[in-house]
Amino acid sequence: MNVEKKELKVAALENGTVIDHIPSNQLFKVVSILGLENCPNSITIGNNLASKKIGKKGIIKVADRFFKEEDLNKIALVAPEAQINIIHDYQVTEKRKVSLPDVVHGIIRCSNPKCITNNEPMETIFHVVDKVNIQVKCHYCERSVSKDEIEIC
Amino acid sequence: MKPESLVSITDFSKEEILDLLQTASRFEANPNQKILEGKVVATLFFEPSTRTRLSFETAVNRLGGRIIGFSDASTTSSSKGETLKDTIMMVSNYVDLIIMRHHLEGAARYASEIASVPVINAGDGANQHPSQTMLDLYSIYKTQGTLSNLNITMVGDLKYGRTVHSLLMAMSHFNPTFHFVAPDELKMPIEYKIFCEQHHIPYFEHSEFSEDVINQADILYMTRVQRERFTDLMEYEKVKNVYTLHNSMLEHSKDNLRVLHPLPRVNEISYDVDSNPKAYYFQQAQNGLYARQAIICKVLGIEV
Ligand SMILES: [Zn+2]
Repeated sequence: MNVEKKELKVAALENGTVIDHIPSNQLFKVVSILGLENCPNSITIGNNLASKKIGKKGIIKVADRFFKEEDLNKIALVAPEAQINIIHDYQVTEKRKVSLPDVVHGIIRCSNPKCITNNEPMETIFHVVDKVNIQVKCHYCERSVSKDEIEIC
Repeated sequence: MKPESLVSITDFSKEEILDLLQTASRFEANPNQKILEGKVVATLFFEPSTRTRLSFETAVNRLGGRIIGFSDASTTSSSKGETLKDTIMMVSNYVDLIIMRHHLEGAARYASEIASVPVINAGDGANQHPSQTMLDLYSIYKTQGTLSNLNITMVGDLKYGRTVHSLLMAMSHFNPTFHFVAPDELKMPIEYKIFCEQHHIPYFEHSEFSEDVINQADILYMTRVQRERFTDLMEYEKVKNVYTLHNSMLEHSKDNLRVLHPLPRVNEISYDVDSNPKAYYFQQAQNGLYARQAIICKVLGIEV
């Protein structure tokens, strides 16, 4: 009983953003995409939870923080099934899916060590060439990177 | 107004390519024209390439322009840790056009985004070298009278050879049929085969460099099979002479066949081919001058 109560307390969010249905092996990439390492708000992270949809899932709850849509959409790079719940006053006021943008600024590191982006102080730009299988192409060196090879900076 | 740069051959449409070929042939008829009088062009070779630099500098000189620049980055401020951005910002203040070669991939695209003048990519690592592609196209056009409906046979290192990749993309406008002849380790990458399929371009892969393949070809595009490309040196020893063209292999080839090679060659074309009228690689290099004159005028918006 006691344990359950504790769980409930952690799970409840008065105001903030919940990111659900993250594949377990991508959870920490989502953390870096949103820059949560440096976020002072209270954050709850759960991982390896049972999910009917994707096997094992991760979930992130960030209190009192509402992200820009374009930032949330970057999650689709590693977690295309992720679901966003916006919470106000303990109520889900908005529920939506993430969708991959055509162009991603920053976030992705080019896997080509000879790429200019790895040798100059500059932001990377990637074009999303395949939204279904998730393949991106470096705007500068033109190297293609598939979903499993995407490195987050 | 943002100037027009040339970073990749795919920056040009089919019509622009055809226009450039016309301009190149006008320069071939009359290579000395004082169209760049009063203009200053920078040739920034962060990585040395004497062949390409001399070709570009000759092009500028024959058009009456003046040149500043360097041929080796070890003598410049970039060796003192200056960023590419700072070098490009400084040079843009002085010149009307930047021609640059860099060992890092994407360097030219980045430079074209920050420079206030047009940038011509003279090679960025293993990525793009569009003036080479333009001279290849001009050579094909000159020798065949057209770019359309040709059988283009590419031989050698089709995996790392950036010239064959760019040529493949550029030729895709002109309904070609490709034959790819390469050892297993150096086969045409899958992305270019997908590109062909998407553009309904027929292609055939061969590991054997046979007369049968040669005899169907209009253009035989030879490339260097480099030892460094092999993880298994035994494999290199096995294949290094298999993709060598000998004069006897051309005996039953088509009359209009021409043999191209981006140069320098090592042993992939035997010297007995040189005197065959179908050998075109030396004229091909000379065509680079006219192709580059055409590119320079195009990016500066000068009608010729
Ligand atoms: Zn890159």
